[in-house]
Amino acid sequence: MIRTEEMLLNMGPQHPSTHGVFRIILKIDGETIIEAKPVIGYLHRGTEKLAEDLQYTQIIPYTDRLDYISAMTNNYVLCHAVETMMGLEIPDRAEYLRVIAMELGRIVSHLVSWGTYLLDLGATTPFLYAFREREAIINLINELCGARLTFNYMRVGGVKWDAPEGWIEKVRDFIPYMREQLAGYHDLVSGNEIFLSRVKGVGKYTKEEAIQYSLSGPTLRCTGVKWDLRKDEPYSIYNRFDFDVVTRETGDCLSRYEVRLEEIEQSLRIVEQAVEQFPAEGEILAKVPKIIKAPKGEAFVRIESPRGEIGCYIASDGKKEPYRLKFRRPSFYNLQILPKLLKGENIANLIAILGAIDIVLGEVDG
Amino acid sequence: MMEELLHSSPGLVNFGIFFLLGTVLLLVVLGFVTYAILAERKVLGFMQNRMGPNQLGGKWGLLQTAADVLKLLLKEDTIPKLADKPLFIIAPVIAFAPSFMVLATIPFTDKLQFADIGVGLLYYIAISGLTTIGAVTAGWASNNKYALLGGMRAAAQMISYEIPLVMSVLGIILLSGSLNLNDIVAAQADTAWFIFLQPVAFFVFLIAATAELTRVPFDLVEAESELIAGFHVEYSGFRWAFFMLSEYVYLFAMSALVTILFFGGWLPLPFLGFIPGAIWFALKFSMVVFIFIWFRATFPRLRADHLMEFGWKVLVPIALANIFLTALGKELFEYFF
Amino acid sequence: MSGEKDLDQLKKEAAAKAKAAALAKLQAKQQGQVATEAPKAPVEPPKTEVTTPEPTAAPADEKAKAAAAAKAKAAAAAKAKAAALAKQQNAGASETVNANVSSEEVPTASEPAGADEKAKAAAAAKAKAAAAAKAKAAALAKQQGTEGSEPAGDDEKAKAIAAAKAKAAAAAKAKLAAQGGNAAPAGDDEKAKAIAAAKAKAAAAAKAKLAAQGGDAAPAGDDEKAKAIAAAKAKAAAAVAAKAKAAGADAGATAVEATPAKPSPNQQYLDKYVKVIEEHLGSEVLEESYINKLSKDVPTLVVKKDTYFKIAEFLKYNEQLGFDYLSEIHGSDFETHMEVYVHLFSFKNRQSVALKVKIDRDQPVIHSIMPLWAGADWAECEAYDLLGIQFEGHPNLHRIMLGEEWVGYPLRKDYEQYDVEV
Repeated sequence: MIRTEEMLLNMGPQHPSTHGVFRIILKIDGETIIEAKPVIGYLHRGTEKLAEDLQYTQIIPYTDRLDYISAMTNNYVLCHAVETMMGLEIPDRAEYLRVIAMELGRIVSHLVSWGTYLLDLGATTPFLYAFREREAIINLINELCGARLTFNYMRVGGVKWDAPEGWIEKVRDFIPYMREQLAGYHDLVSGNEIFLSRVKGVGKYTKEEAIQYSLSGPTLRCTGVKWDLRKDEPYSIYNRFDFDVVTRETGDCLSRYEVRLEEIEQSLRIVEQAVEQFPAEGEILAKVPKIIKAPKGEAFVRIESPRGEIGCYIASDGKKEPYRLKFRRPSFYNLQILPKLLKGENIANLIAILGAIDIVLGEVDG
Repeated sequence: MMEELLHSSPGLVNFGIFFLLGTVLLLVVLGFVTYAILAERKVLGFMQNRMGPNQLGGKWGLLQTAADVLKLLLKEDTIPKLADKPLFIIAPVIAFAPSFMVLATIPFTDKLQFADIGVGLLYYIAISGLTTIGAVTAGWASNNKYALLGGMRAAAQMISYEIPLVMSVLGIILLSGSLNLNDIVAAQADTAWFIFLQPVAFFVFLIAATAELTRVPFDLVEAESELIAGFHVEYSGFRWAFFMLSEYVYLFAMSALVTILFFGGWLPLPFLGFIPGAIWFALKFSMVVFIFIWFRATFPRLRADHLMEFGWKVLVPIALANIFLTALGKELFEYFF
Repeated sequence: MSGEKDLDQLKKEAAAKAKAAALAKLQAKQQGQVATEAPKAPVEPPKTEVTTPEPTAAPADEKAKAAAAAKAKAAAAAKAKAAALAKQQNAGASETVNANVSSEEVPTASEPAGADEKAKAAAAAKAKAAAAAKAKAAALAKQQGTEGSEPAGDDEKAKAIAAAKAKAAAAAKAKLAAQGGNAAPAGDDEKAKAIAAAKAKAAAAAKAKLAAQGGDAAPAGDDEKAKAIAAAKAKAAAAVAAKAKAAGADAGATAVEATPAKPSPNQQYLDKYVKVIEEHLGSEVLEESYINKLSKDVPTLVVKKDTYFKIAEFLKYNEQLGFDYLSEIHGSDFETHMEVYVHLFSFKNRQSVALKVKIDRDQPVIHSIMPLWAGADWAECEAYDLLGIQFEGHPNLHRIMLGEEWVGYPLRKDYEQYDVEV
C-alpha cells in the first residue's frame, strides 16, 4: 500500500540561501536529490549589449554591478583591458591605490562569503561579525571613492581619486585589527564539530574535474592546483609583493572555506606591503586622451577576482565605444559544476555546496 | 492550597477560583514569553555585537514584543487555496494546547503548583510529544513542499529525541525513587543537586531538550536557509503566532523542568536560605534559558542524517549506560552503607 | 581580428613611403659623395673609407644602408618594412656622426654611437617606473649614461635638425607612433626599437655582405629573420623597452647575438603550436596564426570552420600542447561574419592560446566543444542565447539567460527589440 514518489522542488528564485535570484529545480526522493537543474538569467541586464553604446569610462559603473561584492576587481579588469590595448604605462601611485583597493575588496568579498556561508549552515553570529569587519573596510573605501558598494573608482590610466589625508595610516591600522578578528573567526567556527561535520568531505571534486569544468579561484585552488593570476601572470604591480598562493588538496567544502579564510590573510600581507611601499607623491592618472579610444583590434585579459578568473574581452574598431565587450565571469563558470555535485546529496548539503562555490548572481547573469 | 481545591466538591466558586488561577498563570506565561523573546533578542544582540530592540518602550525596547504580537494579531489571516482547510486551522491549536497543559505539573516552589500528580514527569513527556502531531499536521495541511519536508523532519526529530530524553531522566528516577516532581526536588534536598550526581544524564538531557525544542543547533525543522521556515511556512498572522507561542512556552516549560530535575528547583544554595524559593527558582530558570539562547548564538545547524545518527548512535547508548551505572552505583551504595 | 591585418597594411604603406625616401636620399648621398658638400650628407666620408667589414656599429650601419638599398631594388615590396626601419636608424646614425663632425676616423665615430644608444636606453629606463627589477637595469644604464651624457645632449639637437630635414622618415615615424597609440612613451620606444632593429639589421647586413662576397643565398633568410624580429619588436612596446635596455647595457657586439634570439616572448610558442598542428593535421587546417600584441602577446590561431573541432581536440589531447583548461568561449557578431573566440590555457605548460573561428552569419553553426571541456557548457548556451550561434553536439543547448520565448538575438548588431514599449 505504501508507495513512494519523486517530488519536484522548485528552489528559488526567492530563497534565502541561493544568494540572490538563482533558481534550481530539484527532483527529490524524500530529501535526497536525484537531479538538479539550475535556472539562471533572472538578473540578466545585458551589460555587454549596453556597453556597445557607451564610452569606455561610462562602462565602468556597469562593471560595479556585475560582482557587486567586490566591484574593485571588476573596475580594474575593464580598465586593464583598455590599458593593455593602448599600451599605457600607469603611474606608480595609481597602481598602489588600485592594488590596495582591490585587495581590500577581496577581503570584503571573502568576509561576506564566510559570513553568509555560515548563515546558510544555520549559524547567525558569524554573519554579523563578518559584516562588522566589512563595515570597517567599506568605510575606508568610502573615504577613498565616496561609495560603499558601487565604487566606480578606477579609470583607464589610473584612478579617479587620490587617497585622502591620513588614509594610508588608517589602512595600516586596520591590518592588525583584522588579523585579530581573523584569529577570532577560527576560534569561533573553524574547529566546531558541527560545522566540520557539515562541510568535511561534502561537495568533493578532483583536480581534473575542476579543470575540466573551468573552475577558478578558490574553487580551483582547493583541489591543489597552485594557480593564481596575481602570481603566475602578474598584472598591475603584483610582482612587487611577497605573498603565497593558498591551496588545499581535498577539494571539499571545508577546503574552499579554508582557502578563503587564508586568502584574507594573504591579502592583508599584500596590503601591508603596499602601504609600506606607497609612494609619497605622484600622479594618479596617466596621460590619457580626453576621449579614450582603444586601438583597432581585440584583446582578452584576465585577472584574479575573489571568485576566480575574471576576464574582459574587447573588440575595438578604433572608436570610443567598444565594438564588442565580453566579460568572463567567474561565478558563471564556477556554477556549472553544481548539478554534478548535487546528484545524490540531500537538501542540507545542497546549501553547503552552493554556499561554498560562492556565487554572486549579478555576475552569473551578467 | 491547590490540593485542597482539587479535592473539594465542585461548584461555581471553585470554578471561579480555577478560572482565575488559570488566567493568572496564562498571563504569567504570556508575560514570560513576551520578555523571553525580548531577552533572546537582546542577548543575541549583545553576543552579535549589535543593539537589539531599542526603540519601542524605552531604550530597552520593553514594548517591542507587545507591538509584534499586536501586529501579528492584526495581520490578515491567509490560508492557501489548495490547503487542507480544517487541518490547516486546527494544526496551530494541536501544537499550542499541549504546551500549556504541561505547565500544570511543574512546581515553581513547594507551594506554587497546580497539579501535584504522582507521575508528573511522565505526564510532561507524554503530553509534550503531542506537539509533534501539530507540526506534522501543519506541514501536511499547508500543501507546500517545504512545509511537508519540515513536517517530516519534525516527526523524525522529535520522536528520535524523545527516547534519550526519557532515558536520561531514568537515572534520576532511580535515585529519587519517584516520578513526582516535588519528590524529585525533595530528594535533591536530602543529597545534592542531580547535576552533580547525574552529570552525564544532564548533558544528554540538555542536548535532547534542545532538540525537542527545535532550537539551534537542532532547528532543522524550520531551518530557514534550507526549508525557508519548515512546517509553518504558509502560516501568517495569529496562527503563526500560535506556533511561536507554543515554542516559547515549551522553552519556559523545559527550562523549568531542567531547573527542577538538575538544579534542585527552588532549593537555595547553602547559607542563603533566607532568600525565598521563588527567587531561587527564577534565578536558576533564567540561567537555563540563557544557556539555550547562548546555544543559538554559537552553533551552526546539524544535518538531518547526522542528527538521527547522533540521537540513536550516541545519545541513546550513553543514556542506557548511564542508567546501568546509576543502578549499579545505587545497589553498591546501599550494599556497603 | 582585422586589426592585425590593418596594422600590417599601414606598416607596408609606411614602409613603402620610407623606402622611396630612402632611395631618394641614397641618390642624394651618392651625389653628395661626388660633391663632398652639404650638411645633409656629412656621413659620407667615413662611409667611403670603410670597405672592409668591421664589427663596430656605425660602419655596420652604413653597410646596412647600402645593403638595404641594394636589396630594396631587388627585393619584393614586403621587405620594404625592414628597409624603412633601417632608414630610420640611418637618420639616427647620421645625426650621431653629425655630432662628431670633425672626426673622420671610424672608431671615434662608432664609440659615441654606442654610448648614445646607452644613453637612450637610460632615458627610456628613467621614464619607466623604478620597479625593483627595473632599478638594476636603470643603475647599469645610468653608469653608462654618465659617460655618454654629453654626446647625448648634442645628439638631441642634431637629431632635431636631422629630423626636420628627413621629412619622409619623420612622417613614417609619426605614422608608426600613431599606431603605437600614444605619444610620450611611444617616442622612447620607437627610438629604442629603431636602434635595436637597426642593430639587428646591421648585423644581418654585415653578414649579408660577407655572404654576398662568398656568393651565398643565405642573407635573404637572415633578412627575413631580421625583419620578423623588427616587426615583432614593434608590437610589444614594453618588451622592446626592456630589451633595448638590455641591448644598451650589453653594447653593440652582444646585441648582434641577442636580437635574433627572442623576437616576442611568445613567438616561439606560436611557432611551436603551428608546427605541431601542421605536422599532425596538415598545413591546410589553419587559416592564420599570429601574435596578438594588443592582448598581452597571446598566440592566436584562426582556424577554419570545418577543422575547428579537430584542432580543439588536438589542442587538448596532444602531448606537447595539452590545453586542458578552457578559460573563455564566446561569440561576436562582426556584421560580415560571426566569430567564436576561445581562450585556452595549459596548466602543464603554463601557456595560453586563443583559438578563433569565423562562421557564416546567416547560418551560424559550429561544432560544440563541450564534449572536450565541460566548462564550455553554459558559455555556449550564452552565445546561443544572445547571438544565435548553434553549437552542434551540445547536449543541452538552451536560451540560458533570456528564456526560450525571447524573440531575436540581442548581441547581434542588427537586433531590434521585439517589444518596443520597453
